[in-house]
Amino acid sequence: MRNLLDFYLGQMRIAAVTQLQYRAANYFYMIGMVAEPVVYLVVWSTIAAAQGGSVGGYTAGGFAAYYIVWTLVRNMNIVFTPYGWEWRIREGQLSGMLLRPIHPLHGDIAYFAGWKVAVIILWLPIAAVLALAFRPEINPTWQEVVVFFIAIWGAYLIRTMLLWLLGMITFWTTRVGALFELYFAAELLLSGRLVPMSVMPPWVQELSAWMPFRWAFQYPIEALVGDLPTDQLWLGLGMQALWIVLAGGAALFAWRWAVKQYSAVGG
Amino acid sequence: MNVIRLWLNFVRVGVLGEIQYRVNFLVQLLQSAIALATALIVLALIFSYTQTLGGWTGPELLALMGVHTLVGGLIHMSIQPNMERLMQDVQNGTLDYALIKPADSQALVSVREFRLWQGVDVIVGALVIGYAVYQLREIFGWQQALAFAAALGCGAAMIYAFWLILTTGAFWFVRMENLLELWQGLYSAGRAPVGIYPDWLKYGLTFLVPVAFAVTVPAEAVTGRLTLETLAGAIALAAALLVGARWFWFFGLRRYSGASA
Repeated sequence: MRNLLDFYLGQMRIAAVTQLQYRAANYFYMIGMVAEPVVYLVVWSTIAAAQGGSVGGYTAGGFAAYYIVWTLVRNMNIVFTPYGWEWRIREGQLSGMLLRPIHPLHGDIAYFAGWKVAVIILWLPIAAVLALAFRPEINPTWQEVVVFFIAIWGAYLIRTMLLWLLGMITFWTTRVGALFELYFAAELLLSGRLVPMSVMPPWVQELSAWMPFRWAFQYPIEALVGDLPTDQLWLGLGMQALWIVLAGGAALFAWRWAVKQYSAVGG
Repeated sequence: MNVIRLWLNFVRVGVLGEIQYRVNFLVQLLQSAIALATALIVLALIFSYTQTLGGWTGPELLALMGVHTLVGGLIHMSIQPNMERLMQDVQNGTLDYALIKPADSQALVSVREFRLWQGVDVIVGALVIGYAVYQLREIFGWQQALAFAAALGCGAAMIYAFWLILTTGAFWFVRMENLLELWQGLYSAGRAPVGIYPDWLKYGLTFLVPVAFAVTVPAEAVTGRLTLETLAGAIALAAALLVGARWFWFFGLRRYSGASA
């Protein structure tokens, strides 16, 4: 256990220090990412204004708060891409990973978690600029702030597990593009990334309640921006834990099965 | 004329290379279908709340979406692969091989790659525009068709010039891959008519990054709201950017010192 902790701290430190070296590269990446929520924000504030002030319970200021916090949660959602498995297999990276005494999932979780530390630091000025430009309405309680800070890491873990699971398909076929795109489209619509679920038709909201996506996206945003009742605020963390265990278990199971398919390339 | 012959030759080689991988066509078709379905769902959601968005009706915004898809297809088919290869060549010093060929260097680096299957988006975009035009047939005539062709040509020229200027920056900065991410983000802003953005963003998307000219202006032509002044401005700006990009290319080339230096 101590060893594992040391491994995590070391890996995270390496990632954070490395990524802070590439500030310009990270900023290009993050600014490119900001365009997406700005489109949504402008479109939905325009509609809210035309609808007499609000859509799905969100005013223009509410949407501004939602989509600004969105940018941080989106960054927390960046994990090892399922497209990356093809590269790992083709380049023989995987052979090296299999030789280590620690499960490769730990390596990914730790590395990207360290990167997040750098991302959060780099994100603060972006959030400040967006807040000046779009004037969000936000007044969280201390309790909401605490839950938010736990929930963004919960979101990170849920998405890590889900995309690991998805990436495992690469062990059987490399024609995965369309399948991954389908997954990302479902995620876009059902997670709250496109719009808060309250804007969606009721049957979509119903559907998303049974899926993990919103716990990795909308829930952390709502925890900070929305007015969730106290019990729902804390219950959300429980739902996150549940999905981490379910998706993580499935990912580990799929991994054991997938590795049996693997015959080394290069090394 | 030489440039066109050169381009056609590279297109032929590119096509021959890609038709060996026919399943990739299916994969691309599925991906385009997923992207189209997602975009239509978004439009349906928007228009379930409102009749117009920033003065654009449903069919008009559909035309805009079609233009966005079509231009995106053109970029992925031809402009972006060439510029990516140029960036790599500058990094690795392999640009030498292009420079020693007896052809105009700018023309050569701009035509070497051609991704046939990415062209699926061009067709999908054209079909969407066609459907939107059918719905807008009351206001769509040959003037609109002509204006659309002109505006689309200008937009494509501007995006090419813009990419070439950015990529030429590789002679100084070497590592430019993240520009791709930045570009993709900014281009996605073109999915909404630029008129609904706050001023600073509207002017940024018009003059800093020519997304407005590439997507909104051709869509304005389809929907009959393009003024002659805007079209004239687009033509002038496209010409200026092309000339500027050419000058900057040769200016940057002087910094290039080759593989062995």
